[in-house]
Amino acid sequence: MALATPALEIRNLHKRYGELEVLKGISLTARDGDVISILGSSGSGKSTLLRCINLLENPHEGQILVAGEELKLKKAKNGELVAADGKQINRMRSELGFVFQNFNLWPHMTILDNIIEAPRRVLGQSKAEAIEVAEALLAKVGIAEKRHAYPSELSGGQQQRAAIARTLAMQPKVILFDEPTSALDPEMVQEVLSVIRALAEEGRTMLLVTHEMGFARQVSSQVVFLHQGLIEEQGSPEQVFDNPVSARCKQFMSSNR
Amino acid sequence: MLLELFIKWLPKLIQGATLTLELTALSVIAGLIVAIPLGIARSSSLWYVRSLPYAYIFFFRGTPLLIQLFLVYYGLSQFDVVRESVLWPYLRSPFWCAVITMTLHTAAYIAEILRGAIQAIPPGEIEAARALGMSRFKTLVHIVLPRAARIGLPAYSNEVILMLKASSLASTVTLLELTGMTRTIISRTYQTVDMFLIAGVIYLVMSFVLIQGFKLLERWLRVDACQGR
Repeated sequence: MALATPALEIRNLHKRYGELEVLKGISLTARDGDVISILGSSGSGKSTLLRCINLLENPHEGQILVAGEELKLKKAKNGELVAADGKQINRMRSELGFVFQNFNLWPHMTILDNIIEAPRRVLGQSKAEAIEVAEALLAKVGIAEKRHAYPSELSGGQQQRAAIARTLAMQPKVILFDEPTSALDPEMVQEVLSVIRALAEEGRTMLLVTHEMGFARQVSSQVVFLHQGLIEEQGSPEQVFDNPVSARCKQFMSSNR
Repeated sequence: MLLELFIKWLPKLIQGATLTLELTALSVIAGLIVAIPLGIARSSSLWYVRSLPYAYIFFFRGTPLLIQLFLVYYGLSQFDVVRESVLWPYLRSPFWCAVITMTLHTAAYIAEILRGAIQAIPPGEIEAARALGMSRFKTLVHIVLPRAARIGLPAYSNEVILMLKASSLASTVTLLELTGMTRTIISRTYQTVDMFLIAGVIYLVMSFVLIQGFKLLERWLRVDACQGR
């Protein structure tokens, strides 16, 4: 049997802001069911990497493949790579779930409306169909009773769980989590982490930028340590956490224990 | 005395107030329709898309409504093309001249309100829509405009009140809206101060009703709950 196509493949990704080179050539492969945690101190390019994958930021160089399909890119005047095919990028974005640090729910819509919006507009689901899926997802993330509430009426943890449900409603092939618990009060972190853990156990493919070291160690199949725009260390959680090769990674791990 | 005057001329005053409301309603609704594409173009990141509505807004915000009204009312008839066009029956009437001018005038202000509202939407909310695979257009229609409507509504209601009062300028082109009607009544009764007082109170009542209406609309659209998360 041939090697299975990876769910997500990133090749040689570069990104700079003016003179500052934030990503200096990142390559990363996520096979189906992989949970890859991306660690690193602030400014190491973790979030930028994640945001470049679905072109919320435009990289300057590199290739992005989702389930073997290469995202078509073209050079813009300012040197950034932008989507060459509007239809393709929208479809690929719908296949790449993205969970934001600040949830970014739409405050003028109820939780249910937040979740059914994209499936209706992008996947063309009927309202009844989308509601059925949404209610199942809300039950799954444990906020079924909040479906008619508005985001401002929810706690941070509940809002993030709703945002995860909104992402799941698109049935993404890969989910990208950008520091999903960093904006939360400490007592709400666990409820969000347990939702993410459940997703990992389901065998979903996920990339997770996080500062929750203990959690990353438990759920990850692979850990990537980013330093100054490059992958400094990469491997199983045991290897990266307990026996890092790089001095910088060793120092980071010991200061974050 | 005041009350007697009021009761005696009430039918005429109602007639005038009705015309005032018609002028205001038509211009703020048509103005909103004109303003939507203007405001969207104005908030574009491309300078050549931004500049045309900017020039329009610059002209209509930078000149007095009264001058604009005179230009339309006295100016249009100078052109043979206008006089010979099928629209002439409308363009010759002071009512439509006033509606057109007020529409073009308020559209410039509403476009600026809309631009401000669009730019006040937290970027993350738009990113969320794009990240879910919604195209630029779908994001605009389903997320940006509904969201901007709520941010801009208080300012829009303010603009409606301003137009209600600005509609009094239509009296200068022979329209007997509330101010015009009041002056006509004054020329018959010589009760200058009393009649202007009555007219002022009627404007106040109309403003009050409009403000209450917008308050209800704001509550219904949950404007407060959406601000300052």
